[in-house]
Amino acid sequence: MRSIQGFRSQVFDAARLQQITASGIYAQRLPEQGFCVIELQDVSYGYGHGSDLILSQMSLRLAKGSFHFLTGPSGAGKTTFLKLCYGELRPNAGQVRLMGQDSATMARDDLALARQKIGVVYQDCQFLDHLDVAQNIALPLYVAGREITDAERRNLTQLVTWVDLRHRATALPPELSGGERQRAALARAIIRDPDVILADEPTGNVDWDMAMRQLRLLVELNRLGKAVLVATHDLAFIRAAKKQVAARVLRIVGGKLQLAGADL
Amino acid sequence: MSFLANIIAALIGDAASDRVVPSAGTSARLTIFASAAIAFLAVFALALSLAAGRVAERWSEDLARSSTIRIAAPMAEMEVQVAAVLSVLAQTPGVVSARELSMEEQRALLAPWFGADMPIEFLPLPRIIDVTGDAEGYDIEGLRLRLSAEAPNAILDDHGTWRSALISAAGRLRLMGYVALALIFGATVAMVTLAAQAALSANVQVIRVLRLVGARDAYIAGAFVRRFALRSLIGGGVGTVAGGIAILLFPNQASAQTVMVGLGFAGAEWLWLLIIPLLIAFVAFQATKAAAFRVLRGMP
Repeated sequence: MRSIQGFRSQVFDAARLQQITASGIYAQRLPEQGFCVIELQDVSYGYGHGSDLILSQMSLRLAKGSFHFLTGPSGAGKTTFLKLCYGELRPNAGQVRLMGQDSATMARDDLALARQKIGVVYQDCQFLDHLDVAQNIALPLYVAGREITDAERRNLTQLVTWVDLRHRATALPPELSGGERQRAALARAIIRDPDVILADEPTGNVDWDMAMRQLRLLVELNRLGKAVLVATHDLAFIRAAKKQVAARVLRIVGGKLQLAGADL
Repeated sequence: MSFLANIIAALIGDAASDRVVPSAGTSARLTIFASAAIAFLAVFALALSLAAGRVAERWSEDLARSSTIRIAAPMAEMEVQVAAVLSVLAQTPGVVSARELSMEEQRALLAPWFGADMPIEFLPLPRIIDVTGDAEGYDIEGLRLRLSAEAPNAILDDHGTWRSALISAAGRLRLMGYVALALIFGATVAMVTLAAQAALSANVQVIRVLRLVGARDAYIAGAFVRRFALRSLIGGGVGTVAGGIAILLFPNQASAQTVMVGLGFAGAEWLWLLIIPLLIAFVAFQATKAAAFRVLRGMP
């Protein structure tokens, strides 16, 4: 795997980011530093009709450039929380705002557009098994409904190389190891220069060395101005991260969101 | 115009959106086969409708221009009344020709009932006069009144009863053809909707992932719509060509004297065959689109 700096200079270098900022989504939608890309306000959620709430009155602002960890025991509702953040679930109460719009009242096309600005690393990766690794990573580009540009094609090649999957580019997802799947999922999440990256247990299937590489990438992307929210129960990973980035650590306890303290 | 452009754009599509939805070989083959079968049946239903229309028109024209005068007078008066009738007809505007049927012609008419060897010369048969009118026709009621005065035993039969019954039958036959066509296209809607829903259900996880990475409904639906419309177009084309060939090979019924005389297409009517596969593809396009959006609306 190549260095973070190498990846940064080839895919998300400053010139490219500046170009995007000046002409595209950032300039139109995120005019100021600190704009909330995702905002949850008094959100409650429970599966099923009339069932107990597993998340209760949670509020969170994911501003551009922010870095959050979300922790808690298995079954606490971390994945559910992330699903609320990208609009796969709608809250029973409260409001989720994606790119400034209420997800409950967004038109379906607007929700799709908002998701194009949210890079998600799913716990189970969510690959299309009939597409090879490179095609899965390029999926967010395909669904834009336009021709992939030469620059995007070059970025894809560089990204596949950076996550050390070039030799596996034509392999199908079921042929990948757990670590390879996680790397491919991360590459797919960032291929389209999202405003925010949501990662659900990104280190679940990788060794410590790989986990640190992923962390360095997330930190680097965060420095480029992207909001990052990582759900994990791996406290060692969080401690390592806090040495590199000023991250807030949130914990779900009894369905409530708390700011974790020094007990980490 | 933009509607047509949208359909063409949807059919052309892009390779990427086709790639993201896995193709189902069995489903594709069945859709093509069902479309081909539907198109084949549609060709016959259309041929039946057009033929029935032609038959109704021809019968209507032929029977409208001809009528028959039957004279059943005592033998002593027969010749006088026949002459009187022919005289009246000669003076009637709109009558092109009037001639008495010969004994041989009467024998041929009666042959189906009495056999060819029946000595009809000895039977007290009425005399028959065949009247042919011009395109404008003649005054039936006026002629009937004059005949009742000049030849009281002459009965004018303008074939009205026959004509209306035959035209009515041909009209119903044509209507049946159209109903069959409507049913065929209704079946196309049902078939494509079921096939599309099955394909959508089989790919629900793929659709979910596409939604999560930011695909719009139109993009996802487009991949399915294009696939089913193209399969239906191909199947419809194959079935239409097969139906057209079958119509061409249909036994020539001109000598059979049946209702099926003229089943097939004449001249520009063959152009209708170009429409059948397009119509099937259009129906498939709309049915798949409706099914796809119905399924997608149920997803987050």
